[in-house]
Amino acid sequence: MDVSKITMVEAAEGLRTKAFSSVELTQAVLDAIEAKDGELNAYLSVDAAGALRQAGAADAARRSGQAGDLLGVPVAVKDLINVEGQPCTCASKMLEGYTSAYDATVSAKLRAAGAVFAGRTNMDEFAMGSSTEGSAFKVTRNPHDLTRVPGGSSGGSAAAVAGGEAIAALGTDTGGSIRQPASFCGCVGLKPSYGRVSRYGVTAYASSLDQVGPMTRTVEDAAVLLQALAGCDPRDGTTLNAPVPDYRAALRGGLKGLRIGLPKEYYIDGTDREVMACVRKAVDACAAAGAEIVEVSLPHTEYAIAVYYIVATAEASANLARFDGVRFGHRTAQPESVFALYAKSRAEGFGTEVKRRIILGTYVLSSGYYDAYYGRAQKVRTLVRRDYAEAFKQCDVMMTPVAPTPAYKIGEASDDPLKMYLGDIFTVPANLAGLCGISVPCGKTAAGLPVGLQVLGPAFGEGAILRAAYGVEQEVGA
Amino acid sequence: MSHTIDVAYVAELARLELSAGEKATFQKQLETIVQYVEKIGELDLAGIEPTLHGQSLVNVFREDVVVPSMDRERFLANAPERNGFEFKLPKIVEDA
Repeated sequence: MDVSKITMVEAAEGLRTKAFSSVELTQAVLDAIEAKDGELNAYLSVDAAGALRQAGAADAARRSGQAGDLLGVPVAVKDLINVEGQPCTCASKMLEGYTSAYDATVSAKLRAAGAVFAGRTNMDEFAMGSSTEGSAFKVTRNPHDLTRVPGGSSGGSAAAVAGGEAIAALGTDTGGSIRQPASFCGCVGLKPSYGRVSRYGVTAYASSLDQVGPMTRTVEDAAVLLQALAGCDPRDGTTLNAPVPDYRAALRGGLKGLRIGLPKEYYIDGTDREVMACVRKAVDACAAAGAEIVEVSLPHTEYAIAVYYIVATAEASANLARFDGVRFGHRTAQPESVFALYAKSRAEGFGTEVKRRIILGTYVLSSGYYDAYYGRAQKVRTLVRRDYAEAFKQCDVMMTPVAPTPAYKIGEASDDPLKMYLGDIFTVPANLAGLCGISVPCGKTAAGLPVGLQVLGPAFGEGAILRAAYGVEQEVGA
Repeated sequence: MSHTIDVAYVAELARLELSAGEKATFQKQLETIVQYVEKIGELDLAGIEPTLHGQSLVNVFREDVVVPSMDRERFLANAPERNGFEFKLPKIVEDA
């Protein structure tokens, strides 16, 4: 088997037919990490001994009659999702040396299905960023061009999957952090609808926006992994108590008769010409395959970034208040007062982008400004949601670019925060409106950089976006 | 609306010590960002309900049953300092 290319579905088939064991498969993934990660820096930590132990247990379980799509398949996990006994640093000095005391619900589900936890992937610190340059520990490189970023914040997961160091991975998406790195690295990344997947045990950035989702080599793999992650969790009261559909069955619906909306506010000047050409080509291919293309309008798109950076930073400032040096995480040496214990521990533990967002979030929530910023932003969020609800009356899914550019050079955009924030324009609205979205590769630039197509669906419309993305993959798959 | 942010005051509210350099950089960057987000001020929002969550679920109840909690040793293992089964902290009551 070639772990740099094998899909989860192929791995499961190989394990089922005994072409190889989970120990062999896991060892091959560990070897690939050993060979390549010195260059890519996709992983923050690798648990080789633990992974081989889990693989051995999966092989034993299979011999005793167990089966399943994930039994014995290694999966990489973004370093803010708790896996009991493994580190969970959130790529922050604040949590250097932290060991997870329990499994996140998504980890427990993967564990129960027999998946193998091979390692922890790099990310922007506390998921705040779009390039993974915000990691306190290392700079992950794009496997298609080592001088470029992998995107972010789930950049380590995307680089590992696309760069041959992981068969599949988990990411999280608060404003595009699964879809944008998937686009930059040329893999598939799915952000589920808010409430589809449990957030229990996932370090919170912005609680009303965060979702965990699959990052994989194919759309079918994304369906398989989502199937394992999705569902109601009594430990996350925001999860929907409704049956999870069969996502793999949804793939085969075909493009014929599918109504694809093109929101005119997403097809604007300013997007890279080559990116737009790839997106157009994918849409044309869908039309040729029998899909119906309709123009739709989302008039409040221009306000989405403003709303996002108010809501997300406000929630972040509250969520990150727990890092105070008392019960876990970094504590400053010999503080002279309790105020200094908090203020210095946080000053030493957090990096620049996290501090910037905490300050912005604290400001927009502070007395005298709350109504003007946070209060208004929540109302504009309602308008953004209504736009989508209206538009989805005319179409089943929407197709848009994922990001205005392909992967940029390391160091290129990181000193202008507002410019970085504006790069999230096409992905942020789905989080604000609670929708689902997927990034599927739809071509490459002349320089060989991958370009992703974003397929958006209504809340709990994962079946529809998987069907459309699978169709795109068949028509224009690289 | 004024775009002047008292970064030192906000940092105090956030219990976050900033260096002089960070204060100066953030001052400029945050004023630019805040000026940008004030875009939302141009909309007429009369009668619009706020969206507080990703989906509008309300009052999710569960049965009030006793279940075993996790072993406290696992949580204390990550404490910066401990004293038996307690988190150890610097003295927080000021001398009289």
